[in-house]
Amino acid sequence: MRMTITEKILAAHAGLDRVVPGELIEVSVDFSLANDITAPIAIEQFRQAGAEKLYDVARVALVPDHFVPNKDIESAAQCQLLREFAAEHELPHFFEVGRMGIEHALLPEQGLVLPGDVVVGADSHTCTYGGLGAFATGVGSTDLAAVMITGRTWFRVPASIKFIFQGDLRPWVTGKDLILYTIGQIGVDGARYRAMEFTGPVIAQLSMDQRLTMANMAIEAGAKNGIIAPDECTRAFVEERAQRPYQFYQSDADAEYEQVITYNVSEIEPQVALPPSPANSQPVSSLDEIPIDQVVIGSCTNGRIEDLRLAAQLLKSRKVAPRVRCLIIPATQAIYRQAMDEGLFTIFLKAEAAISTPTCGPCLGGYMGILAAGERAVATTNRNFVGRMGHPESEVYLASPAVAAASAVLGRIASPEEL
Amino acid sequence: MKLSGKAWKFGADIDTDAIIPARYLNTSDPQELAQHCMEDADPEFAHKVSPGDVIVADRNFGCGSSREHAPIAIKAAGVSCVIAASFARIFYRNAFNMGLPILESEEAAADVVTGEQLEIDLATGIIINKSRNLSYKAQPVPPFMQELVAGGGLIPYVMKRLRD
Repeated sequence: MRMTITEKILAAHAGLDRVVPGELIEVSVDFSLANDITAPIAIEQFRQAGAEKLYDVARVALVPDHFVPNKDIESAAQCQLLREFAAEHELPHFFEVGRMGIEHALLPEQGLVLPGDVVVGADSHTCTYGGLGAFATGVGSTDLAAVMITGRTWFRVPASIKFIFQGDLRPWVTGKDLILYTIGQIGVDGARYRAMEFTGPVIAQLSMDQRLTMANMAIEAGAKNGIIAPDECTRAFVEERAQRPYQFYQSDADAEYEQVITYNVSEIEPQVALPPSPANSQPVSSLDEIPIDQVVIGSCTNGRIEDLRLAAQLLKSRKVAPRVRCLIIPATQAIYRQAMDEGLFTIFLKAEAAISTPTCGPCLGGYMGILAAGERAVATTNRNFVGRMGHPESEVYLASPAVAAASAVLGRIASPEEL
Repeated sequence: MKLSGKAWKFGADIDTDAIIPARYLNTSDPQELAQHCMEDADPEFAHKVSPGDVIVADRNFGCGSSREHAPIAIKAAGVSCVIAASFARIFYRNAFNMGLPILESEEAAADVVTGEQLEIDLATGIIINKSRNLSYKAQPVPPFMQELVAGGGLIPYVMKRLRD
């Protein structure tokens, strides 16, 4: 056999016994999705192509999450288009405000994307579902339209890079720190067109929330997909939510990798990626005093319950620094409710943080926390490009929820160790 | 298919937020997007660019988001072709799907400077720098992809094929 998990999933969906890197294949798609930014173009292309039906309405999700609750009249019109299309085609997986969440937190939570799937989404962070042991990748709206019509798409089989994480995690080091460190090592195109396979004893011990965080940022190294082999942790997560059968795939012991990279995590500190590149990651302790104006804890990268618990642990009985705005955005309605039930909201409110309904808003400079010229934010999001969160002269520093919470309290970029 | 225009040079890792900032993504209207094309990399670009001009960039052009608004904005701004040392994978697919031709050429990316006149033959992959009488080699665009570009993108191309 000699195949990686990525190759096995692709081969199974192409109806082939074996695929090799570089091979062009056509695959069946188990699930696809688009949001309020990308779906309008996909719907236009769907209609322009003269299509009347989706290949399977149960396998296409439309999740308005980027500029919702509607930020302006134009955004409202984009969401209206999705809503009308969903009604016209009787889509069961259209998620309205009050039931929605950030797509990449919502779909795994709802059991709609599963281990062994091929998932394509008109959003680059679709690679998140690799944390479940799925092959998941982002495409543009036109490719998505073709999937909505035919249920199929084409891929070039990616070569795989195997990352082995060994050693013992230091205090406050999370999946976010591991992925920021990795991107810092290989660069923003270090895995361009490749599959990033995260393995090793450290990964085996990571929770599902942290695995999803790691796979989420594979795109930030240019990867086609990030993937973690499914195990008992995966089973525990999916078995109570899966809405259809799923399959676990594992890489063969003699699978071929383009590269194998081993990291000893005992040497990795909490990381901060300095603007304007996710590859500018540095140990938090190496940074000079960097005052901040805003902290954002949320997004498809770090808006899950474990992220909120981590932030709460540090914000408990403390206050956000006087000159800092701290925004906390649970990624889905279920996470929002769970955080509330666990008493996390009381901690956040006492700390004088603001809590928002689920939205991608600030992460991409949409709304709900835009930065002015010269302002600086620490964010648990995924991109710190020029102008990402607002004015082109504002700055975003990427970090874990622990570093973000500690920074909110101290009013400068800070390690949790300093509290 | 031959293209010609003035070169606009950009660096490495030009991301889709620089190509079309998300603050303008409350529309997918090509003309509106064109007004903000490359805004966070060069705020004046949309005003300076002329029809037929060519973007030349270093490696990993179009990294970041999957927004198809990026090739839409570039094409609607009048840019006839993007040449880069390499492209991010989602952008690569999106560009052809939108009918925006793109070429990979490390040589051209390393040598061309803003303002030089380029002439590009997609069929041969030959890029001629008319300002300095130089030529660079890129991987040619296969015939079906040239047809896709000529037809205006994947959907019109597929529809034409269905009609024929």
